[in-house]
Amino acid sequence: MVIEHIDAQMPGVIMDRHAFRGDQTIVVPKAEFLAVVELLHREGFQFLVDITAVDWPEREIEGKAVRFDVVYHWLNLASQERLRLKVTVSDGEAMPTLADRFKTADWFEREVFDLFGIRFDGHPNLERLLTWEDFPGHPLRKDFPLDGGDPFCMEGCTAPYNNGERA
Amino acid sequence: MESIAMTRQQLDGDRMIVNMGPSHPTTHGTLHIVLELEGETIVKATPRMGYLHRGVEKLGESLSYQQFIPLTDRLNYCSSIMNNVGYACAVEKLLGIEIPKRAQQIRVLVSEIARIADHIVCVGVNAVDIGAFTAFLYLFRQRETAYDLFEMAAGQRLHTSFTRIGGLFRDIPEGFVPLAERFLVECEAAVDECERLLTHNPIWYDRTKGVGTITAEEAINWGYTGPCLRAAGVPQDLRKAQPYLGYETYEFDVPVGTTGDVFDRYLVRVEEMRQSLRIIRQVLDRLEPGPVIVDDYKVALPPKEKVYTRMESLIHHFKLIMHGMEMPVGEVYSATEAANGELGFYIVSDGGKNPYRIRVRPPCLPIYSSFETQVKGGLIADAVAVLGAMNVIAGELDR
Amino acid sequence: MSETNLNDAVLTTRLDAVVNWGRKNSLWPLPFGTACCAIEFMSMMASKYDLSRFGAEAMRFSPRQSDMLLILGTVTNKMAPVLRTIYAQMAEPKWVISVGVCASSGGMYRTYATLQGVDRIIPVDVYVPGCPPRPESMIYGVMKLQEKIEKESLSMRKDHIARFYESLARQEAWQAEKGLTGQQAIREMLMDAAGHGAGTIF
Repeated sequence: MVIEHIDAQMPGVIMDRHAFRGDQTIVVPKAEFLAVVELLHREGFQFLVDITAVDWPEREIEGKAVRFDVVYHWLNLASQERLRLKVTVSDGEAMPTLADRFKTADWFEREVFDLFGIRFDGHPNLERLLTWEDFPGHPLRKDFPLDGGDPFCMEGCTAPYNNGERA
Repeated sequence: MESIAMTRQQLDGDRMIVNMGPSHPTTHGTLHIVLELEGETIVKATPRMGYLHRGVEKLGESLSYQQFIPLTDRLNYCSSIMNNVGYACAVEKLLGIEIPKRAQQIRVLVSEIARIADHIVCVGVNAVDIGAFTAFLYLFRQRETAYDLFEMAAGQRLHTSFTRIGGLFRDIPEGFVPLAERFLVECEAAVDECERLLTHNPIWYDRTKGVGTITAEEAINWGYTGPCLRAAGVPQDLRKAQPYLGYETYEFDVPVGTTGDVFDRYLVRVEEMRQSLRIIRQVLDRLEPGPVIVDDYKVALPPKEKVYTRMESLIHHFKLIMHGMEMPVGEVYSATEAANGELGFYIVSDGGKNPYRIRVRPPCLPIYSSFETQVKGGLIADAVAVLGAMNVIAGELDR
Repeated sequence: MSETNLNDAVLTTRLDAVVNWGRKNSLWPLPFGTACCAIEFMSMMASKYDLSRFGAEAMRFSPRQSDMLLILGTVTNKMAPVLRTIYAQMAEPKWVISVGVCASSGGMYRTYATLQGVDRIIPVDVYVPGCPPRPESMIYGVMKLQEKIEKESLSMRKDHIARFYESLARQEAWQAEKGLTGQQAIREMLMDAAGHGAGTIF
């Protein structure tokens, strides 16, 4: 498996790993991210399937507020092995871009920027993709309300949608 | 639009900026392409999207897992059942449950019918954009039969919400199998007719051959999946490569093209329709009676007779509806081969009633983002042909 | 001269009735198709549920050449200024049918991104509910519009259309003054109207 290759060639870079329901996930620090991607590319993981992010607003790692998980999904076309790579970033921190190596990263990174506000250094055209240019805020953050502040949106809605409250 | 348009001084005298969309007959919904033209030649094409962004991922965070199913219907609305199946498979992977055999077979059956329906829309609408209206009318008759089948099974023509977590909404009724047999015969004839109209037609050949070519390496780099990737020469099909729902037990071929141009994409789609008919034939032959939903009442609703007569079933029903399923903490990514490519669902669960984060990986987003490389240097007419062959469905592109 | 001499070669009627008869039997639709309802519209135009029986065969995608705007599918906030521009470009007489629940009221998408009903930004004549409505429902909607057109009077001024153009001017002023995009201007106008208790901005 590729995780063994990573451990052999770059020992200590994987900060956390788990396997759940057959999915392999590794967490690497941002500083080593590009090197790990390079290694994955050499090992045959040349298909970048998806880039997304998850917002954990109250999470703290070693006393520092680290809000976002930027999640990359990779696929090895030869062996059909999948890998999930996660990098944790805090609010305001920027990630290095993959858009120069993988053209698919171009729009996926724009989408993460639009919905979460995470910037990508070196991206050729980091603009909003799904919302309009002067949209106030980043919608998929947990502190952004579902109706976007529109009082008429939830009007007459008797069955509540939880409005983001956890069950 | 103001930001993209240049001022008079900056513009070269011969260049013209033309907006294609967002309300345009060939942009299949709400796509917006800003074309910079020199005469009829495209110098630059900037695709823009987001005009159908409805906030599905954010809405999913306040709905329960079961309530998200109707939202998945409306992603790729030409083949709604495949999205339902993909999502249900993802949640079942998260739960770690296995669904009954009959449910798997019926899911394969309706998925393949939906795949044929989607390819009918793609080929038909591509033909209409280029000017061949007859193929559209003949093919759409088969789509009506597919709608009849869906309506028989699930009660709705287009947005069926047919699957539930753990299986299906209900079993297929008696009239389904005879109508499906009739569909097999009629659809085969319709696909033959469509090929007779288009494949060797010199006008079609001229309009589509060599238009929008892409190499296999570039296609992989752009993140292509599905018929567009296979047309470029890469034999990647999740039904063969990472089988699910018992696909490894069915015999079918995966058509692979060579140049990735519009003509190859058309041929790949037509051949996939034939292979889907082959799979449907095999499913109908081996359909065996059995339950269609898993027996675990912590996941699936108990049948109504039990709810009305037994206390435990009533309590299970109540708990499922009011408190939701008991989900483990964790995250999964599950992908199925939808009509357009790899439709992935990435679900992060924190153990609560609603998913913490639900992400839909749209197959047509990477394909649409490569639009400029495919049409640069071509004519506007080629842009129309390429856009049709990409089969960009805005519902799944923008979510 | 009595009418019996003319027999069936001549019809005598009111100008209103004959003009409305002509208008209602030749409604040329502009399918503003955004989402799934557009697929049911395609089914409706295909051979099984033929809409051309009602004179609506000529689908014209240009607002200058059509008179019935069919809004098929969800209209998001990003699409709202586009819809207003299209409606503004149509020549009178013009009618709007909002097909599907997403266009009529926002549908199941009560979110930051979806316009909660197209009648907040343009005047609508007929609403067709359904998700998606069956082709028969959509045809029934067109028939209802035909009934509405029959009763129209040529001399009556279309108040709602005048108010729409006035709101379009206000939107452009708002945009110019605050340097906003069309989408943000409409959104702010909507929230402003909601603050006054009004559901629409025209």
